Amino acid sequence: MSVPVRVSEAAGFAIEVEDLAIGYHGKPALSGVTLQVPTQEIFGIIGPANSGKTSFLRAINRMDLMTAGMEVSGSVRVEGRDVRSWRNPYALRQRIGVVFPLPVGLPLTIYDNVALSSRLRGTRKKADLDVIVERCLRRAALWDEVKDRLDSLGSLLSGGQQQRLTIARALSQDPSILLLDEFSIAVDPVTTMRIEEVLAELKSEMTIVLVTNLVQQARRLASRTAFFLTGELVEVTETETMFEGGAQDPRTTAYVEGKFG
Amino acid sequence: MFEATAQNRRNRKVEGLFRLLFLWMTCMLILPVALILGVLIVRGGPAISWEFLFTQPINNMTAGGILPALVGTVWLVVVALIASVPVGVAAALYLSEYAPDNRLTRAINLAIINLAGVPSIVHALFGLGAFVIFFRFGTSILAASLTLAVMTLPVVIVATRESLQTVPLAFREACWNMGATRWQTIRKIVLPNAISGILTGVILEVSRTSGETAPIMFTGAAFFLPFLPQGVLDQTMAMSLHLFVISTQVPDVPEHMPFGVALVLISMVLAMNGISIAFRVYLRGRKKW
Ligand SMILES: Nc1ncnc2c1ncn2[C@@H]1O[C@H](COP(=O)(O)OP(=O)(O)OP(=O)(O)O)[C@@H](O)[C@H]1O
Ligand SMILES: [Mg+2]
Repeated sequence: MSVPVRVSEAAGFAIEVEDLAIGYHGKPALSGVTLQVPTQEIFGIIGPANSGKTSFLRAINRMDLMTAGMEVSGSVRVEGRDVRSWRNPYALRQRIGVVFPLPVGLPLTIYDNVALSSRLRGTRKKADLDVIVERCLRRAALWDEVKDRLDSLGSLLSGGQQQRLTIARALSQDPSILLLDEFSIAVDPVTTMRIEEVLAELKSEMTIVLVTNLVQQARRLASRTAFFLTGELVEVTETETMFEGGAQDPRTTAYVEGKFG
Repeated sequence: MFEATAQNRRNRKVEGLFRLLFLWMTCMLILPVALILGVLIVRGGPAISWEFLFTQPINNMTAGGILPALVGTVWLVVVALIASVPVGVAAALYLSEYAPDNRLTRAINLAIINLAGVPSIVHALFGLGAFVIFFRFGTSILAASLTLAVMTLPVVIVATRESLQTVPLAFREACWNMGATRWQTIRKIVLPNAISGILTGVILEVSRTSGETAPIMFTGAAFFLPFLPQGVLDQTMAMSLHLFVISTQVPDVPEHMPFGVALVLISMVLAMNGISIAFRVYLRGRKKW
């Protein structure tokens, strides 16, 4: 389906997806997705469980290569370039930060968690790493809570803190695209609000794809929202329009109003 | 008020019964171990002395010590480890971290588990054919240790694979999503968290290797050789074979000697297992998630 977009030419699209289909072991999980994500905005994705949201994100950074039985067809372009034309998928993934539904504090110290990505890229100097670690933890609104214990284990932080650590780690990749998969599922409302504030600020520097199970979160943050339903893209609409009852499809309206099924 | 129903009471009785049954079985398990140890200590204890541990056997092995056998066992185990651990760990890394999860991989995994069940005498004949004769190592420590290595490889692989699999997939996925390669992920996250488990497996393997008799009998262990081995192409005595020989093949061995050898052998094994248990406790104390 074609999607109406009104973006200045200069801004362009960070992600362009055309006729994307995803399957696992031959069973289709998502099909016929065509959409564009403009640069430097928050793009919301909502939809019930099993609708293919996570699969969609995995296709963007080529995690299909690491997932047994996952097949992707159609085209995904990141910053104008087909992701399958990257001979080095690791370089592609470095440009894309990912945050998972459940926080993943790696079994390293807080410092090492945030420094890991830079180290993998060959940064060795302690002074450089210090700067990166502090900047990313600050931007993830975690610095004040952990600055005195950077040497303790990241995996022992509370769930909400670990989720911000995950965000700090994603930011340490200096990504141009940030993919968030239901980040608030294991996080209390106060932390969720703090992270949402962080995201609103980050928008000016990177493109954010926000998969969320809270439709109100999409409403608060996203300029445009896509509605996925059982392996199909129902529509992409300006978020305000969608929530004001202007959705193109009655199923979308039913879903955002919580009257589903 | 809550009243216990007849069903509740029955459940409770059954619960108690099973508890007792399992406790009883556990005692049955401990009993033979305790008996073996007790007999060995009582009957072999008097044989243990400085001289017993550190001198050559004399008078057709009816007197003197067991030094060449002790040293020989250490040689055999160390060379077997050097041969099997790098190969086993690498194979386990490949099978669990790189190999696609397809029918071939599953078949290979199954084959490895079955290989662990091959009787050691079969390994002995394989070692004789392959290492002694085909590769012309002769009957030597090298041939015997390689035979032991082949025999214990499946154990190393299975132990390593199991400890790799205790590291949650979410950690790997987080690394991959950051652009880390599989090797970077293994080096930074997987191996550091699996290493204690791998070491535990290796130590258990050592204790098993040191007690094996059949695989070394045709391939490198000698009945009687009152010299210390000078290199891997020498033959050597070994504790397990020595025990077999003086208990069955040599007349007029004083009673306490076989028990003494057995006691030393089992002490080695228990010490090794003790270290492995200590590792596991250490590992649990350091669990990072
Ligand atoms: N690794 C996998 N192997 C096999 N099937 C998978 C795999 N991952 C997802 N699927 C299947 O793909 C379909 C879509 O799953 P996906 O995780 O994309 O949904 P989702 O919209 O993210 O759901 P949720 O809101 O519950 O996270 C499901 O039917 C799921 O069973
Ligand atoms: Mg999901």
